[in-house]
Amino acid sequence: MSELTLTVMRLGFLAVLWLFVIVAVQVIRSDLFGTRVTQRATARRAADARDRQQQPQRGRPQAPARPGRQRRGAPTKLVITEGSLTGTTVALQGQTITLGRAHDSTIVLDDDYASGRHARIYPDRDGQWIIEDLGSTNGTYLDRARLTAPAPIPPGSAVRIGKTVIELRK
Amino acid sequence: MSGAVRDGRPEAAMSGISTTGNTTVGTFAPPSRRNTELAMLVFAVLVPVLAYANAGLAKHDELPAGMAGYGLGLAAIAGVAHLVVRRWAPYADPLMLPLATLLNGLGLVLIWRLDQEPSVTTDSLGGALAPGQLMWSGLGVVLFLGVLIFLKDHRILQRYTYISMLVAMVLLVSPLFFGEVNGARIWVRIPGVGTLQPGEFAKIVIAVFFAGYLMVKRDALALASRRFLGLHWPRGRDLGPILMVWAVSLMILVFETDLGMSLLFFGVFVVMLYVATERTSWIVFGLLLSATGAIAVAGINAHVGERVDNWLDPLALAPNGGVKESAQVMYSFGSGGMLGTGLGQGYSWLIGGIATKSDYILATVGEELGLVGMMAVLMLYGLLIERGLRTALAARDPFGKLLAIGLTGTFALQVFVVAGGVTGLIPLTGMTMPFLAQGGSSVIANWALIALLLRISDTARRPAPSPSNPTDAEQTQVVRP
Repeated sequence: MSELTLTVMRLGFLAVLWLFVIVAVQVIRSDLFGTRVTQRATARRAADARDRQQQPQRGRPQAPARPGRQRRGAPTKLVITEGSLTGTTVALQGQTITLGRAHDSTIVLDDDYASGRHARIYPDRDGQWIIEDLGSTNGTYLDRARLTAPAPIPPGSAVRIGKTVIELRK
Repeated sequence: MSGAVRDGRPEAAMSGISTTGNTTVGTFAPPSRRNTELAMLVFAVLVPVLAYANAGLAKHDELPAGMAGYGLGLAAIAGVAHLVVRRWAPYADPLMLPLATLLNGLGLVLIWRLDQEPSVTTDSLGGALAPGQLMWSGLGVVLFLGVLIFLKDHRILQRYTYISMLVAMVLLVSPLFFGEVNGARIWVRIPGVGTLQPGEFAKIVIAVFFAGYLMVKRDALALASRRFLGLHWPRGRDLGPILMVWAVSLMILVFETDLGMSLLFFGVFVVMLYVATERTSWIVFGLLLSATGAIAVAGINAHVGERVDNWLDPLALAPNGGVKESAQVMYSFGSGGMLGTGLGQGYSWLIGGIATKSDYILATVGEELGLVGMMAVLMLYGLLIERGLRTALAARDPFGKLLAIGLTGTFALQVFVVAGGVTGLIPLTGMTMPFLAQGGSSVIANWALIALLLRISDTARRPAPSPSNPTDAEQTQVVRP
């Protein structure tokens, strides 16, 4: 093999190696998505429009829970939609879910406005999921009302604890 | 906050961090980026194939006979791994798998190239090692797939915090019952299978234990402190765990004379302690402890003392009048110069023995690819570590954050300890360069480590579900004094 060919291959290989590094850095650069800034007013209008669309389905009264068997369309997972834990999901398998800052909670809330043992979510005999406030300082909100007694969580409604919003999904 | 008050809408100022004025700041839903990963993987397989052709042409004036075999082997490994990531971790980081594949492929080429030198491929040294290494890489990827498929959520590992501690201890202690190899007791011999380096697996299990332990204890460690000399110092009773880890790492050093593992074990603990508590005093304290321990042990242990002497005076002659390995490595780097001698045209194999293919593999990189190639390889490690840290930043749960930091920290410390040892920055420690160096345990354990990082990264980068019924932020407000 001639000296020239080997030199070309040697330098070519180094170039290819660095090319890989540069392409990898480009991938990292395009991986920084940044943040999206939306106008409040338009965001609210969009949300209102969506609410109106969903109104017909949500308008009919909730069918009372039929006792003794798992209802069709019962929620299967708990989703955190706002707050520092956004995106966390927990499967609902009939177990009690405790929420709070205490580290042995099922969902450890990293939220200044949550108490150590803030609330718990558990299924009653009919398979309906109930939320109960455990004497928290800042309260637990179901939709916009502060909880005073254990209450069932209707589908599509949000539970707010401090800055964390929780929903039950199918 | 004051900006929002200025434009006359105090209620906006009280509605939390995410809103200022009348705009909402959200994040873009990240795409899964699996196609980027596929493209990078193709690139990552082509580079080692090119290197292989290059080395073969330089060595034998022809394309190496096994080129198709090795190329297809690497491509098969990468392809299967990609398909499994696509199915079981669709939002995972797009760069980790290509980077690991490229490093593994380069390692295979370098070992194959050294196999072509008869003096380091004698039967007593195990013959040609590249086929074995390819098999171990395959096994490593099988473990990688296993972790991705069967570990659905990294938070499950949190349940096994204290079991991990036990397993790690057993793994660390087990080599004591077997003989020394090259002055260090780091091997376990399994009859019929070969030898295993349990320390390589222990480093992953230890990260799991530290992450679980620190997640529970970090408040006590971070908040209870006294201020002294401008730093927050921990209370005496909180020093217990760090002193215990220090004692264990010293015991590894004294009884197994494993400098690298001891450094890694203690270093990762200090790194994770710092990340968990955000207290600089832990780093100062950890550095003081490790310096004290290292000096004390170097004084009493002959093997460690010899390594330190080699580091202080690398060009000193051996008792038989020849140069030592530390000097030979420097000659290799020197003869490589800026652009290197080209693959297959260096003399790093003169270092001799098995060490050329494992501990000193970077000498071959430095000689045959030169400073330019060496920097590129170190950049590849740097990028892999950057992706790991980015995963830790993006992870939402504290356990995942700490685990990602622990795994990345282990990887980074290992690269530093090996590269620093070979280039003469710190005493040589006898660890393996992840993915690059010959060694079955190392390559298997590192593939498992990458799989864990991908699992955490998949959870971290998965787009958040949008609230189906957004509660208006102005209804419930966060009131700050």
